[in-house]
Amino acid sequence: MLRIGKLPIALFAGFIIIFPWVAGKVPAIGNYTDIMVFVGIYCLITIGLGLLMGYAGQISVGHAAFYGIGAYVSAILTTRYGLNPWFCMFIAVLVTGTIAFLVGAPSLKLKGHYLAMATLAFGIIVFIIFNEEIQWTGGPDGMADIPGLSIFGFELDSIEKYFYLVWGFVFVILIFTINVIQSDAGRALRAIHTSEAAANSMGVNVSKFKVLVFVYSAILASLAGSLYAHYLNFINPATFDLFFSIKLLIMIALGGMYNIWGAIIGAGIITFLSYEWLHYFEEFEVIVYGAILLVVTIFLPNGLVGLPGMLKELFVRQKSNE
Amino acid sequence: MNDTTAENILEVQGVVMAFGGLMALFKPDFKVKRGIIKAIIGPNGAGKTTLFNIITGFFTPTEGTVRFKGRSIKKFKTHEIAARGISRTFQTVELFGNMTVLENVMLGCHTRVPTSFMASGFRLPGAKRKEEEMRDRALNILKFIGLADKFEEPADNLPLGQQKMLEIGRALATEPELICLDEPAAGLNETETYVASSLIKAINAKGITVLLVEHDMKVIMNISDEIVVLNYGQKIAEGTPEAIRDNSTVIEAYLGSEA
Repeated sequence: MLRIGKLPIALFAGFIIIFPWVAGKVPAIGNYTDIMVFVGIYCLITIGLGLLMGYAGQISVGHAAFYGIGAYVSAILTTRYGLNPWFCMFIAVLVTGTIAFLVGAPSLKLKGHYLAMATLAFGIIVFIIFNEEIQWTGGPDGMADIPGLSIFGFELDSIEKYFYLVWGFVFVILIFTINVIQSDAGRALRAIHTSEAAANSMGVNVSKFKVLVFVYSAILASLAGSLYAHYLNFINPATFDLFFSIKLLIMIALGGMYNIWGAIIGAGIITFLSYEWLHYFEEFEVIVYGAILLVVTIFLPNGLVGLPGMLKELFVRQKSNE
Repeated sequence: MNDTTAENILEVQGVVMAFGGLMALFKPDFKVKRGIIKAIIGPNGAGKTTLFNIITGFFTPTEGTVRFKGRSIKKFKTHEIAARGISRTFQTVELFGNMTVLENVMLGCHTRVPTSFMASGFRLPGAKRKEEEMRDRALNILKFIGLADKFEEPADNLPLGQQKMLEIGRALATEPELICLDEPAAGLNETETYVASSLIKAINAKGITVLLVEHDMKVIMNISDEIVVLNYGQKIAEGTPEAIRDNSTVIEAYLGSEA
């Protein structure tokens, strides 16, 4: 059984709770809390994408678009109409969910490369709209002065407060997704991955489940986009380009897409690489990502979370050879 | 509904299936009485599996109708047909290999114990109870097919004989009224074949109608009540095992005519 123990969840929660405190004490990692806010935002996307790709076996190269739609709907509604940010976030989720449904229903009938191409095209179209619809999106200059968030009148005015907000979201989504994975719906998704024919003849409504998980992952990306917009108070189209979609794929491939923790680990490593550790490479950064993807697909098909299992197997084989 | 529909669980009428210029099936009309074991036999390429794919909704026939419990199944999608009571196994084993034996059977319970994405996500009390109910049902089926001790194994790890049994178990979990078995004994050794035959009889004894495609004549002659013989997509004979055994057209189709 794909049981996910309570212990890792508890450890994870503990880590999140003490992280800002530790980072505050150690000057060398003082800015890590800020980076961890972004890690959390990306985790929201990769958890959904991991469910879509790792469990249900449906590829998407267009999730940056859903992320962007979430961010832009929040930004436009708050700056142009002065609506409550939380309400805007909710509207963004509805809008993204609807778009994901309209895009997913026909394109999820496609398989493999064709589905990848369809989602890729969708991502490019949305990116062009962000750039060209200047009266709405501000074009390549982006949108500034997006208001921050507040909870019951308390302004979220520090990095730490956003940290807890974002990771609170991640935690709730993580638990929800784990519950789904360990239920009938999760089994149905994994069944679809292995054999659509068999899943269908066992009474699983394959197309419904595929669209459902696609919409779910898009909604999570939208939430992440809204949080991003309110945290940075500024967005521009470059954040939501094709490369970001690819980066999301690298995150879940690196972490391991058949395991929910892989989505979190992958998001963490890639985010730290791009925000902190890869500055020296400047524009050669892309080569590092390429190398990571290459190594992972050849040597680590199950990602980093699959590494202990692989080593164990290797060890056992070595022993039996002696 | 007239009397015949109450008696016949499945009626195949005027079904034509053409793939481009290839006529895979041409009106092999037959009926399946409720509660019997009916076998479909015929040389390779006779259209047996195509017929199964039509009955279970994978293919829509070019012409003709299939009636299940008196109603045409034309409008229904594959998963809806499963929910209405037809289940199947596959010629080449189509298990969910990375899932455990128990999970495979639990998936079969999908239509009978419906749970929603939201309810399971929020782990509502109902969802938890249903999960337990599915587990109990699945374990009972595993006992019935004799795989209870393997419930935690990944399905891929089982030998072929047990994989075939598990596929039947998974099909049973959908609580079918009609179960379509596509070559359940293919690739099995003598002992495994015996186990499979006994299992099919036991399933039938529970009141489930069995439609069977098989090449192993010993199995066919032993367990089936009626046989339909197909050749090149057409029905060439139908009757009891004894009648089919002595039918000259059937012998000719299998062995060629004495020139």
